[in-house]
Amino acid sequence: MLSLKLAWRNLIGAGLRTWLNVIVLSISFVVIIWHRGMLDGWHEQARRDTIEWEIGGGQYWQKNYDPYDAFTLVDSHEKLSADIQEGVMSNILTPILISQATIYPQGRIQSVLLKGIDPTQKILNLPAKKLATESYEIPVLMGTRMAESTKLTIGDIVTIRWRDVNGTFDAAEAKIVDLFRTNVPKIDNGQLWIPLDRLRQMMQMPDEATIIVTNPEKKNLPQLSGWTFRDQQYLLSDIDRTIKQKQVGGSIIYIILLFLAMLAIFDTQVLSIFRRQREIGTQIALGMTRGQVIRLFTLEGSMHSILAAAVAAIYGIPLLLLQVKYGITMPENTDEYGMAIAEKIFPVYSLGLVITTTIVIFITATIVSFIPARKISRMKPTDAIRGKIN
Amino acid sequence: MQNSKIILTEELVKRFPVGGGYFTALNKINLSFGKGEFAGLVGPSGSGKTTLLNIIGSLDYPSEGKAIVMDQSIGDLTHRQAARLRNKYLGFIFQTYNLLPVYTVYENVEFPLLLLDTTTTERHRAVLDAVEWVGLTDKLKSRPGQLSGGESQRVAIARAMVKKPEVVLADEPTANLDAANSHHILQTMEKLNRELQTTFIFATHDEKVIQYLRRKISLEDGTVVNDENLGNEK
Repeated sequence: MLSLKLAWRNLIGAGLRTWLNVIVLSISFVVIIWHRGMLDGWHEQARRDTIEWEIGGGQYWQKNYDPYDAFTLVDSHEKLSADIQEGVMSNILTPILISQATIYPQGRIQSVLLKGIDPTQKILNLPAKKLATESYEIPVLMGTRMAESTKLTIGDIVTIRWRDVNGTFDAAEAKIVDLFRTNVPKIDNGQLWIPLDRLRQMMQMPDEATIIVTNPEKKNLPQLSGWTFRDQQYLLSDIDRTIKQKQVGGSIIYIILLFLAMLAIFDTQVLSIFRRQREIGTQIALGMTRGQVIRLFTLEGSMHSILAAAVAAIYGIPLLLLQVKYGITMPENTDEYGMAIAEKIFPVYSLGLVITTTIVIFITATIVSFIPARKISRMKPTDAIRGKIN
Repeated sequence: MQNSKIILTEELVKRFPVGGGYFTALNKINLSFGKGEFAGLVGPSGSGKTTLLNIIGSLDYPSEGKAIVMDQSIGDLTHRQAARLRNKYLGFIFQTYNLLPVYTVYENVEFPLLLLDTTTTERHRAVLDAVEWVGLTDKLKSRPGQLSGGESQRVAIARAMVKKPEVVLADEPTANLDAANSHHILQTMEKLNRELQTTFIFATHDEKVIQYLRRKISLEDGTVVNDENLGNEK
């Protein structure tokens, strides 16, 4: 209690010096929590968007399907059984047929993936209902990234050429009926979405599909023979890996920020050896033990972090809550990050994050205060009283 | 009362390592101090006054011989025991006042009591009494930077006296003060010595201090060359 009282007295008595350190440390607190919160928010948003737009509650893949090998598409299709059809009718499953094709936008040649989706599906956020139009041309839905790369827009007509199940080439006119904006580039880049039945007809693959997306709200999904189930964890592993890499980079920033903050405390404490040695000598002369001196100076350092946490809370909580509410606008071209990233990221600040950061800073501050404090206590009191630097 | 010896040195030697050899700062000092003495260690710079004061104050250890303070042999004390001895029985007054710069006058004077097991009420009363002895009641909330040299040294006296120690060790207490302030300080200390029976030991070469002493111990090159009773009445 005595050490606490004296440490508090010393800190408050030191005035501006204390508050400068506390402010520097509090900024580190806020920036560390903000940075971690951004990454967590990004991660959460990327996972959520990917689930809502692409993978649903998991996917059944036709056993030959390999998303990284376009050649497997020729053999990656299978008829839907009665059970699956029933699942589709009950909004538990939605089938997608995938095929390779070539388009010729404004005379250029571009390879694409044709993806057939049921315009009535409600499992994915993809605005498939826009495909429910009666027209001579094949109605096409595409993402804004694809539209930009092909220079196509709503109402444009483009030629599509494909090979059906028998290997016969065919071609038809397609009309862009709508564009969608998504944070998930994997359903946008190089892809055209068309009505499932139309694609089946084009490919001569009636009732067939390549993958079947499940409804994330439905549990206890059935085992489907001939299909391999890929759960969310499997399908999100790329995102998790990318985030993990970003977190490694984030951890470096975390360490740098922590290091800067600790440097401020360490600097203060080391300077104390020179600046306050007469004071320390006097305290020893007045009856303080070495242990009390170490406790006092270590506590002073620790208290910096407690005060910093309090100061950080005063301005940091409203600031961070404001960001949680309104999000942080991301710069353009964030697609280059190679994963789902929204125009705005809403940081996620968990209690665990705040508590962990506080504990880490508290412990580190205590350690960096202890080291010079131990040195201080070893000074000869007779030298210290005279302010003689060792 | 003066016959009860509270400080005793026997063949006390203190050497400091210098280069490859040693410098003998104190050489076979045999002295004793009784309760209520008002004594001074007098001599030129380097004569060993401060070294002797430091050993008596358990801030340093003898190289040879004995220094016994309040029945405790300084050479045998652990750091903790030495701290306890200083805290309980000794008060210090330094040439440069050595007030704790971030504390107020009240907090500076209170500091030694915080290290003792005293209640808040006892502490408060003792601090007010001590500040009143030195006439600084109106400066309780001032910080050292706001005080004059004389006032600072009076605060240091209050801090040394607040726990009513057996011995006050004052190292050149008037060195940074003008004549008027020096006399004021010395009169205060003399009064406290008289009223509280506290033993005062000075290390000084200031004539103003010497004229207040009742016992003058002259040191030269680490040895006692003269120990005389000046006969100043108590």
